[in-house]
Amino acid sequence: MWPGPADRATLVLFLTVTAPATIEDVERRLRERRYIGDRALATSIFLALRLQKPLFIEGEAGVGKTEAAKVMAEVLGARLIRLQCYEGIDLAHAVYEWNYPRQLLHIRLMGEGEDRKTAEREIFSSDFLLRRPLLDAIDNDDPTPPVLLIDEIDRSDEEFEAFLLELLSDFQVSIPEIGTIKARQVPLVVITSNRTREVHDALKRRCLYHWIDYPDLDKEVEIVRARAPEAADGLAREVAALVQGLRGMDLYKVPGVAETLDWARSLATLGATRIDAGLVSATMGAALKYQEDLERVREQVPALVEKAQRA
Amino acid sequence: MLEQRPDLLPRLGAFARLLHDAGLEAGPRRLTDATRALGFIDLKQRDDFRNALRSVFVSRKEDIPTFEAAFDIFWAPADPRASAGTIPGRSRPLPMAPERAKAWANALGLNMSQMNRENPTEFPASSSGYSAEELLRHKDFEEMTWAETEQVRKLLEQAPWRVAERRTRRLRPSRDGRIDLRRSARHAIRSSGELMTLFRRKPRVRRRPLVLICDVSGSMERYSRLLMIFAHAVARREDLEAFVFSTRLTRITRLLRQRDLDKALDSVSKGVHDFSGGTRIGDAIGDFNRRWARRVLGHGAVVIIISDGWDRGDPAHLTSELIHLRRSAHRLIWLNPLLGSEGYEPLTRGMAAALPHCDDFLAAHNVQALDDLGRLLAGLDTRTSR
Repeated sequence: MWPGPADRATLVLFLTVTAPATIEDVERRLRERRYIGDRALATSIFLALRLQKPLFIEGEAGVGKTEAAKVMAEVLGARLIRLQCYEGIDLAHAVYEWNYPRQLLHIRLMGEGEDRKTAEREIFSSDFLLRRPLLDAIDNDDPTPPVLLIDEIDRSDEEFEAFLLELLSDFQVSIPEIGTIKARQVPLVVITSNRTREVHDALKRRCLYHWIDYPDLDKEVEIVRARAPEAADGLAREVAALVQGLRGMDLYKVPGVAETLDWARSLATLGATRIDAGLVSATMGAALKYQEDLERVREQVPALVEKAQRA
Repeated sequence: MLEQRPDLLPRLGAFARLLHDAGLEAGPRRLTDATRALGFIDLKQRDDFRNALRSVFVSRKEDIPTFEAAFDIFWAPADPRASAGTIPGRSRPLPMAPERAKAWANALGLNMSQMNRENPTEFPASSSGYSAEELLRHKDFEEMTWAETEQVRKLLEQAPWRVAERRTRRLRPSRDGRIDLRRSARHAIRSSGELMTLFRRKPRVRRRPLVLICDVSGSMERYSRLLMIFAHAVARREDLEAFVFSTRLTRITRLLRQRDLDKALDSVSKGVHDFSGGTRIGDAIGDFNRRWARRVLGHGAVVIIISDGWDRGDPAHLTSELIHLRRSAHRLIWLNPLLGSEGYEPLTRGMAAALPHCDDFLAAHNVQALDDLGRLLAGLDTRTSR
């Protein structure tokens, strides 16, 4: 047995939280945590829990994929274990690594007398193991199975995908010096992708799939009110309408919901309760991240503002 | 819940078959998952039923419309035709890959127009000193007969195509490079913690992905077929993303993946609706920049645009889109079939606008020119200065 996570004590507090029984239950709990999703997402989450299958969430940048996983962990009273993917991520960063400096030090301190077999057994034990997110997700003493978030898998490369495929089929990891470690409880796995590349079908086949689209105006207003409560109601609606208008334009990078929230918060910080052309021009950088996009939009600010105020 | 509906299982199986025919992956594993999933939801809630099946059977955004159409057709209320084994009536068109649609048409006994083709004849031996192959290599695509294009296809399939490599962030053992603490330490444990040997590792290299954006507008018509053959030959061996455009941009990567060239070309011509239309290069590149660049230009991709530069759009628009594209690509190569003709000067407005923003400007009018391109790609390791 491995030592449990340091924050186990805090987890005990959540012991009373039970798994959601119905789709409505999932919806309600998401809403309580100020996550405004739709029924289709709630259904996917519900099924992922019931079928114990990973949930693969795709969508444009900034539509709330990562947030969905975070909120789910809260909803379940489970610990969130996050693995941020990047190009070249390997087992040493994702699963485990031996603590070599400590091992070397330990051998030196052992002195001459002890034989090599004993020494090896000692240094290849859990005390010298650096546990990375995937091992942690499989092997833990959490009272509730953790939520494992594999974020932006499209940034990793094919080799890592192949490894994940194996992990997600059996929920076990083998460490040559120790043996195979099998999950005692299957974590809820959430994989997100921005679709900067196509993830292999074999991996997706093992998952339930959900595509998060940009929300419509009413829903986006609701999201702004829930997550950026500092913005006045009128401001929330106008900013959401403004971003909806921008999404209809021919831009390099269309602003996501995350940008809407940033923008609403920026304007609220400036003390604005309504938008006007001057304010919008001054704060556009919260939503538009390309010089070409800024220039394209700049000329049309008055028209966009007017349209947003009518929406 | 499922026990109350004994008729549901066979229908679910038939639905999976329909999805499969429409090009979705709907194997036994997914069918099992779907059955299990339905056990957890209230079947009377039609939306939940739809959502549950969608999350099981779909795993790509592009497949969502297909799924929705298939669902509407199959689970339409009180439609007696939608029973197991029969193909349900198509109340709204089912978006399918062209080859699937063809298979369906065949199964339904519909008449497909047969393509008329010349009989491939033997390539005539040349009387001059050049070998037939040598002549063919230098012959302009424009002047080729069908039989000759068949020969070209064989030549292209044999061409020693290799795209240059790039360093990845993944490391592998090597004699030089950075110290590999993991291996070194592991080794040192045998010698009582003394680091006797230092192992090293360095980044592994991989071939760069290739992105082909091919003009199939009216002015390029004479070259389109050969260029598609070329694209197919490359797609067989390289990590290739392919697009064609005349008035709008269409992605043909998946269509080219079929082994059989004729089937692949057939799907391309069915999947692309504006072959030989007008050209708006700027719009097409802009469309690429917005919709595809982030998805296909990762990992240091090389972008090849094939066009004669006849553009009816605004040259300033083309310029700004090319500047953007060049910034996100490792290298931007423009192939122009007209460059091979004698006395050609890149004077079309589009070409003049494009020229300063491409890393390379090459001909693409015969096999020799494509070979030259191959050599250039193999030698790409450093960026041209910007």
